[in-house]
Amino acid sequence: MDTLVTHSPILIIAIPLLAAFLTPLIGRVSQKAREALVIASLAFAEFLVIILAKDIYANGLHVYTLGASLPELAIPAGYIVPIRIILEVDGISIFMGIISLTVSLAAAIYSLHFMKEETGQDRFYTLLLLLVTGMLGFEFTGDLFNMFVFLEILSISGAALAAFRMRFADAVEGGFKYIVISAVGALIILFAVGLLYAQYNLLNIAALADVMQYGTIEKIALALLTIGFIMKLAGVPLHMWAPDTYAVAPAGITPMIYVASQACMYGLYRVCFTLYGITLDQLTVGWIVIIIGVLSMFVGVTMAVIQTDVKRLMAYHAISQSGYMLLGVGVGLAVLGDPEALAAYGRQAMNGGIFHIINNAWYKGLLFLTGETLFFRLGTRDLNKMGGMGRNMKFTSIAFIIGALAISGIPPFNGFTSKWLIYESVYQFNPILAVIAMLVSLITLASFTKVFQSAFTGPRLPEYKDVKEVPKSMLIGMAILVAAIIFFSLFPGLIVDHVVSPATDALINQATYISGVMGGVP
Amino acid sequence: MTQSIPFNIPFLAVAALVGIALYIIMSKRNLIKLVMGIAILEAGVNLFLITLGYREAGVAPIYTSAPAKIMVLPVPQALTLTSIVIGVSILALMLSMIVHTYRHTGTLDSEASRKLKG
Repeated sequence: MDTLVTHSPILIIAIPLLAAFLTPLIGRVSQKAREALVIASLAFAEFLVIILAKDIYANGLHVYTLGASLPELAIPAGYIVPIRIILEVDGISIFMGIISLTVSLAAAIYSLHFMKEETGQDRFYTLLLLLVTGMLGFEFTGDLFNMFVFLEILSISGAALAAFRMRFADAVEGGFKYIVISAVGALIILFAVGLLYAQYNLLNIAALADVMQYGTIEKIALALLTIGFIMKLAGVPLHMWAPDTYAVAPAGITPMIYVASQACMYGLYRVCFTLYGITLDQLTVGWIVIIIGVLSMFVGVTMAVIQTDVKRLMAYHAISQSGYMLLGVGVGLAVLGDPEALAAYGRQAMNGGIFHIINNAWYKGLLFLTGETLFFRLGTRDLNKMGGMGRNMKFTSIAFIIGALAISGIPPFNGFTSKWLIYESVYQFNPILAVIAMLVSLITLASFTKVFQSAFTGPRLPEYKDVKEVPKSMLIGMAILVAAIIFFSLFPGLIVDHVVSPATDALINQATYISGVMGGVP
Repeated sequence: MTQSIPFNIPFLAVAALVGIALYIIMSKRNLIKLVMGIAILEAGVNLFLITLGYREAGVAPIYTSAPAKIMVLPVPQALTLTSIVIGVSILALMLSMIVHTYRHTGTLDSEASRKLKG
């Protein structure tokens, strides 16, 4: 068991990668065996993430050096800087890992039936597993260039999946927008990595953070990294791709691309908190993150209200919800240099922002799945052409209600807990921001009431008389996320103390991350 | 000082390539031209990485029986190689998507082929 825990950082990345290229081979033998392989590999990776998470919460962060005689041996004898590729898994990395894998597992189970009629399923599952690999590698790596490589794996597989249903013209367009924004964003990030390498001859995040000075070159690099990650996480004003891509991607894939964009948000936090940390001009950078957050919240929700395409509407809400996370963590970043304010409200704001990431992954993922469930049965995403589906699709409508109440922050659902943490702490930082956040929450509720009313209630339209509930595998996929929402709603205190706090501490305590690789020289 | 001027020419080329690429990406409506812009951006970034590792009169960084001279840095070369491979796959994917866009809409104009709005 100990060996398994020691090697789990690389196994979690390697197992989906291996399975990705095994699926086409196994698929030639039997379709059932291929589906079993996909689910089994994801479930095993999920199991590894959970045992690794337990160990991290008990014993602190894990460092895994590839190719070294001992995995913990980050710096070889005779060197003063790390030269190998290092995976460094701490509270926030494993937190993102749990999100990515759980949502991917639910999405894969959902896709089993959803994709049955499509051609080229071998490639679909290969790409799906590659997307998982990209996300996990991005979250676990301790090396800037490696981060770029995994970002590209994530982007290429994500774009190919978004455009998977090539027979729809809009699917190709959505996929193309995603690949263009990803390619440009990733090249900008690579340029910034090159700048930092020119300055320090280092690529390891911990080693770089150890020697970081905040000069002109570093400021340019930070600006480029921020722009690159904002493009990928769909923060306003660089959000244009998100509604198009989310709306057209196949059902299971939309939550995964959404989680992948949240992984890029983790990249932004990792750069701001761990790479730059206290050297940073916290107030300026913090306010930039806050402003992007508030803009995303507000523009996202106002655009959502006027949509009639159900998935596009949800996509704008996804942008709006990302704003909350940026707002919460941005407030924490702004007061990072002020221990008093950090203890008074900064830490709580960050807890709220980070807790919102995981809550949002559950209910946003669920809402995307219900939206596509409607499309699966009705063949349209237009809300004006739907009606009365609550009678035909009972489970789907219940799942939708749970997701909609959670996203609007109605107590006792989990969305309320994280939003409340954000309101309370942001109010102490700046009352106006808290008021905007509450207002956005109200508009969110109004908008989802509209969706519920037009899709699930009202008279049943004659052409949809014989619509049935969707098949079992799709229901199981949704049920996993419903169960996660209910669990998180019932035990918010437990989650905040044991899962969210370690993640927040991992971001705040830069020295711990540095000493994980550099030894006792923080 | 006189020696640093020729050394800076590659960096000027990087700036020119990145500038041209960003202009193309932001202003051109033809999808093929957009992809060309991204290819130029990639070339600029790759040139930047290679130039970082260059040392004047350096030899290739192969340790076995190398002459005892200055070597160019090996890491940026490894980075560039990886980045080129990634770039090729991205370009191939983008071009294949353009082919499908053209089949669906019969145009390569990004405004005319647009289906998703609002």
